[in-house]
Amino acid sequence: MEIVKGISVIFILVGCFFFATGTIGFLRFPDFYSRMHATGKGDTLAVLITLLGLSVYHAAYHGAILDSIKLVVVAVFVFLANPTATHAISRAAFRCGVKPWTREGSK
Amino acid sequence: MENFYLGVSIFLCFFVLLCLYRVVFGPTIIDRIVGVGAIGTKTLVVLVLIGFIYGRIEMFLDIIMVYAILNFIGTLAAAKYFEGRGEI
Repeated sequence: MEIVKGISVIFILVGCFFFATGTIGFLRFPDFYSRMHATGKGDTLAVLITLLGLSVYHAAYHGAILDSIKLVVVAVFVFLANPTATHAISRAAFRCGVKPWTREGSK
Repeated sequence: MENFYLGVSIFLCFFVLLCLYRVVFGPTIIDRIVGVGAIGTKTLVVLVLIGFIYGRIEMFLDIIMVYAILNFIGTLAAAKYFEGRGEI
């Protein structure tokens, strides 16, 4: 049982690491598209890993299989929906005329 | 394990504050929308952790599902609304 707890804690900590990298990229990158890239990919992977770790711990310690399956369903939904929202809003920005950042035309 | 969940929740709330900087001072409107989406994604995980801390995850799961769907729909609606407008 202890090894399941260790695996769950490692999963949650790796998820926190990806949340941290996504947020730092969201704050530090120079233009809109690279910020979008950082937060879209980082948050999606972080939610997937964190919810998988939590559902593994919950299924192993409390025996609630149905709640764990619901958590995995939420994780899969976010894994599908978050890139879709990222793509839609990035296309909206491109059609509104937000210019990508380049080195020579740097601000 | 509850103390670990509490620590992770406080860690995520700190990153929510960092995202809130981009929402308040973002150069374009779309930056603000993306920031609100990122805050919603972090809030989803914080809600799961609150459910585990209180031991009522079967009640919080429905709230979590509705929150995920509303976050997705809200971002899509904002993208559709700003798509036909000219310069932002």
